[in-house]
Amino acid sequence: MMDEIQKRLLLEVADLHEVPEGAYNIRANSRSAGRRSTANIEITSKEDVSGLEIRIRPGTKRESVHIPVVMTESGLKEVVYNDFFIGEDADVVIVAGCGIDNCGNQDSEHDGIHRFYVGRGAKVRYVEKHYGSGEGRGKRILNPRTEVYMEENSSMEMEMVQIKGVDDTDRATVAELAAGASLVVRERLMTHGEQRALSAYDVQLNGKDSSADVVSRSVARDRSFQKFDAKIVGKAPCSGHTECDSIIMDEGRILAVPGLEADHVDASLFHEAAIGKIAGEQLIKLMTLGLTEAEAEEQIINGFLR
Amino acid sequence: MLELRHVSFQVDAEGTEKEIVRDVSLKVPERKLIVVTGPNGGGKSTLARLIAGIEKPTGGQIFFNGEDITERNVTERARMGIAYAFQQPVRFKGIRVVDLIRIAAGKKVTAAAACEYLSAVGLCARDYVDREVNASLSGGELKRIEIATVLARHARLSVFDEPEAGIDLWSFRNLIDVFRNMRETIADSSILVISHQERILNIADEIIVIRDGRVEKQGSREEIYPSLGADSAEPPACDRLLQNMREGEDA
Repeated sequence: MMDEIQKRLLLEVADLHEVPEGAYNIRANSRSAGRRSTANIEITSKEDVSGLEIRIRPGTKRESVHIPVVMTESGLKEVVYNDFFIGEDADVVIVAGCGIDNCGNQDSEHDGIHRFYVGRGAKVRYVEKHYGSGEGRGKRILNPRTEVYMEENSSMEMEMVQIKGVDDTDRATVAELAAGASLVVRERLMTHGEQRALSAYDVQLNGKDSSADVVSRSVARDRSFQKFDAKIVGKAPCSGHTECDSIIMDEGRILAVPGLEADHVDASLFHEAAIGKIAGEQLIKLMTLGLTEAEAEEQIINGFLR
Repeated sequence: MLELRHVSFQVDAEGTEKEIVRDVSLKVPERKLIVVTGPNGGGKSTLARLIAGIEKPTGGQIFFNGEDITERNVTERARMGIAYAFQQPVRFKGIRVVDLIRIAAGKKVTAAAACEYLSAVGLCARDYVDREVNASLSGGELKRIEIATVLARHARLSVFDEPEAGIDLWSFRNLIDVFRNMRETIADSSILVISHQERILNIADEIIVIRDGRVEKQGSREEIYPSLGADSAEPPACDRLLQNMREGEDA
């Protein structure tokens, strides 16, 4: 059974109060705290390494899979391999996420390696939230690696959120898209204190009419550091767009490195990157509506990271 | 209600001090609509920003309902009952129209109530309430949303800096209706409008002409309006041309 801290983490990363509908696997302190497969979605443990295999039958519609991870023991370090096989024409929602509460003085680390094999014509919405809490001196570390292999005419929408409490993150996302496939990424990130977050994308548009839209919105406060490194490679007639839009505060530092590579004459790629502090006029407008400067700042950041 | 006593405002422009507002004294009584007019660059907008607390006077005092508010900041003045509509409204990424109206009202307003403020400024509420106040809105749309946020404040004193600029196809009559409704629904409230528009000057109880940072004339509409010649306010023909150009920009 899970304790109160684990339940709170679960709520933060997966919006779950109790066990979810549909298929799920809940991992708490490196052990399974509950699992359910359904007629169309089968979850099994890997034999050779720690992790899961999730198989979604072709044609499965409007079903969901939740695979949250919570960690409350200080000093735990784990590497988990999860593979998703999404059948042709399936239409599913996958909710992952990791919450770490570290009250001790040893670092806690979860490195999740997720591989998605998205079948022809399948549609996936993937939500991943990271959250950290706890007063200990031990760091909360998350190093996710996400690989996405998309077959013809498949589509995937990824929403990745890390707003609070993760001390160190080194995230890598790679994707390969066949003809007609489309990938949309929405990343939202806030760092504070001495936190460090690196996020790198390498998206390969291999097939005709494939498309990718990678958008990151981030806020760096205190003395935190962020690096956003987004590379899109167009190898066919395709369209790609990356955007990094950041608010910098206090003594924060942000490095945006957009990269585009066109290997085909009909590849259409562009990027935008903007870093700046909150505009004074925005603060003043909200203050004329009766908010204090601190309240105005909070509203602006909340809206920006919505 | 509002009183400025010998208010001055200087800025340091490349080593030389420039006086933008010079020894201005004026009163805004209760239940009045005051229009401040005068040539561009005369210090009208600065005066509005001094009243809202965005700028601090370098001399003189400001009183609101008998209290010296010279040292009060923007937030404090807003909470005391001063509302301010920007000449150039601010855009926000991610903040929706309904969020701004809720902040302005200072309480949880229902979506239906938020819609009423939008309808009052001629926007089809359903289409706008969930829109972000970002670059996807036109200048005219933003301007009307700005006016709606001031309406939602129910303030004793509302200051509008050129509310007519860029309101595109929405007519002056509607803007004038907005002012009339505010006066009727908010007890003892007053409105101070910065404007060149003859139709707005026409509904003023009092007119103040500002030129070169000073009050040039001040009095009832009947007194001042006929004297607004070619040089005091912009002449009507020029005004119309300017308005046409603004509408053209927005279209």
